[in-house]
Amino acid sequence: MLTEKKDKTGLFIGAVCLAVLYVFLILLDNVIPQNSFTLLLVPVLKKGAIYSLVCVSMNLLNGFTGLFSLGQAGFMMLGGYAYAIFSIPKDQHAAVYQYFDGGLIQFSIPEALSNVLGESAGAIIGSIICIMIAGIVAAAFAALIGIPVLRLKSDYLAIATLGFAEILRAIFQWSGLGPITNGSNLLRKYTSLSAIKIGSLKLATFFPFFIAGISIALIVLLINSSYGRAFKAIRDDEIAAEAMGINLFRHKMLSFVISSFFAGVGGALLAMFQTTIQATPFKSAMTYELLLIVVIGGIGSISGSCIGAFLFIACNEWWLRFLDNGSFMGMSVPFFRDGFRKVVFSVIIMVIVLFFSKGIMGDREISFAGLARRIRGSKPSGGKEAPAK
Amino acid sequence: MSGFLEANLPYILAGISVGGQYALIAIGYTMVYGILRLINFAHGDVFMVAGLVMVYTSASMPMVLAIPVVILATVILGFAIERVAYMPLRSAPRMSVMISAIGVSYLLQNCALYFTGGLPKVYPEIPLLSNSVTIFGATTKVVTLITPVITLVLVIALVTFINKTKLGMAMRAVSKDFETSQLMGIRINNVISATFMIGCFLAAIGSLLYFSNYTSVIPTSGGMPGLKAFVAAVFGGIGSIPGAVIGAFVIGICENIIKGMGLTTFSDAFTFVLLIVILLVKPTGIFGEKATDKV
Repeated sequence: MLTEKKDKTGLFIGAVCLAVLYVFLILLDNVIPQNSFTLLLVPVLKKGAIYSLVCVSMNLLNGFTGLFSLGQAGFMMLGGYAYAIFSIPKDQHAAVYQYFDGGLIQFSIPEALSNVLGESAGAIIGSIICIMIAGIVAAAFAALIGIPVLRLKSDYLAIATLGFAEILRAIFQWSGLGPITNGSNLLRKYTSLSAIKIGSLKLATFFPFFIAGISIALIVLLINSSYGRAFKAIRDDEIAAEAMGINLFRHKMLSFVISSFFAGVGGALLAMFQTTIQATPFKSAMTYELLLIVVIGGIGSISGSCIGAFLFIACNEWWLRFLDNGSFMGMSVPFFRDGFRKVVFSVIIMVIVLFFSKGIMGDREISFAGLARRIRGSKPSGGKEAPAK
Repeated sequence: MSGFLEANLPYILAGISVGGQYALIAIGYTMVYGILRLINFAHGDVFMVAGLVMVYTSASMPMVLAIPVVILATVILGFAIERVAYMPLRSAPRMSVMISAIGVSYLLQNCALYFTGGLPKVYPEIPLLSNSVTIFGATTKVVTLITPVITLVLVIALVTFINKTKLGMAMRAVSKDFETSQLMGIRINNVISATFMIGCFLAAIGSLLYFSNYTSVIPTSGGMPGLKAFVAAVFGGIGSIPGAVIGAFVIGICENIIKGMGLTTFSDAFTFVLLIVILLVKPTGIFGEKATDKV
């Protein structure tokens, strides 16, 4: 996909771009002084990396397996909560779970590891373990609800997964589960991105890119494997795929579980990024947003989803901010007020959906091998949008 | 039994009323699905927009004028959505149309957010509907009692319309077979537009009744009723109007009894549990397939 296997040049350029990107991110965290520009850039980069991962995981399901599932926000919420619950330090429990007697789970994985391995190593390894737990919790839930839900077809599947996500949200806000989920209150004080550092080397921006990069690389490997080809066969024609000996249910389940795993990982990263987490924002509107990003990037294109995610986040949080502020290049425009940005945005999305239904990339990928072939005058670009490989 | 009834009467009354309002929305879903095989995700938001339009019109004109204006505006909105967002995609895969519907829903919500500035808008008191009455010792609003009546009258009128008129016949034909009916000289675009307009007309009336029970409208207040109405349509067998109405009443009543038991958190979850159970046990819904009036 992103790199063709046999072409070493492509792989090489890809690796160099990735290395340059990672070095740049580390520099951004440590050396480059903070100014109004980087203050805007850094959150966009972090959130963009997280959204890339979630959108790629959604694309695996909707674009590559042809399962129109709308449960992504629910799995993200599961992941985010699982991460937060296992990484709140012990002495903060009383403050966080103030209405629930300090909560039920009385340990923190990063903290426990910090005691053994030292603070920074403990925080990094602990949070990676928590992220894995987040993914596994989401995947386990997906396996559970997949049994009934994956027997349904297209729009019924969409509604059922949407419904499950809403049920999850309701259950998480239920005060009966308060000792674990803190009811409808915030979970906070857990290990956030800013705690990720080696000695004095801050890795707050590098870390989400690192995790998202590995995850996306794994998804790309999966798609290029025989399983991935089976997924595509199911997408293109279920009956033909079954006739060719592909076990429909098993492969759908596999895709669903893996997609949910990475949605959970994305949710955990989002929780780290936000420093607090609550069930309320994980509504169906969030899934719709993710779906629209996938559509903008191109259904069935990994690099498209990444570009879409970065574009969406950058426009949403940065480039189109002026639409909300009431002035444009010094002129005051009366109808530019809060929310106008979102209106412009939705119009753009509708235009893309209606007239450019293939999105930015269609089902093609950014190929470093292709770039290598056309390398003559042009410099290799697009590295930033393609975090993996 | 009588003890249960007495304790739960307010909830059952509220349930019947909410059920009637869901029914009016559910008909819009079921008719559109019957013809286009499309879950019109934007329908719940059309319902919300109708509520907002009411807030604005009632502030600038007398109520007698405001109500027809709201209904007219909603119908025009439904027509416009169909023409702009769904008609160009008539030959596209179903997934694209569904994504377009999600896009419209996103657009309507964001527009509402922009126009309201994110603040809840206080819904006007509609004279007559908002008055309080006492029935069997339970105090409630007139709208609670009127809703089922209005719903039933409208449903009977709609069923008659579909069975007796030429346009109704065309609708039934289109929902049976899209292409053949085109070959038979039915202008399917007109029929589809008419379907959307009827759906939105009912959603507008539903919104007048629904929001009378609530103090305010917010941009997301269409989402949940919309999803629930859709579940009602699936429960009753999508494509079937009586099915949708019965499904809506079942959901409305159960939901309010669950609220009455103090499990408000689970009242929304119940709807989706019901959806999943019905999809697994009888995917065609209680009136699916066999029902003759598939619109």
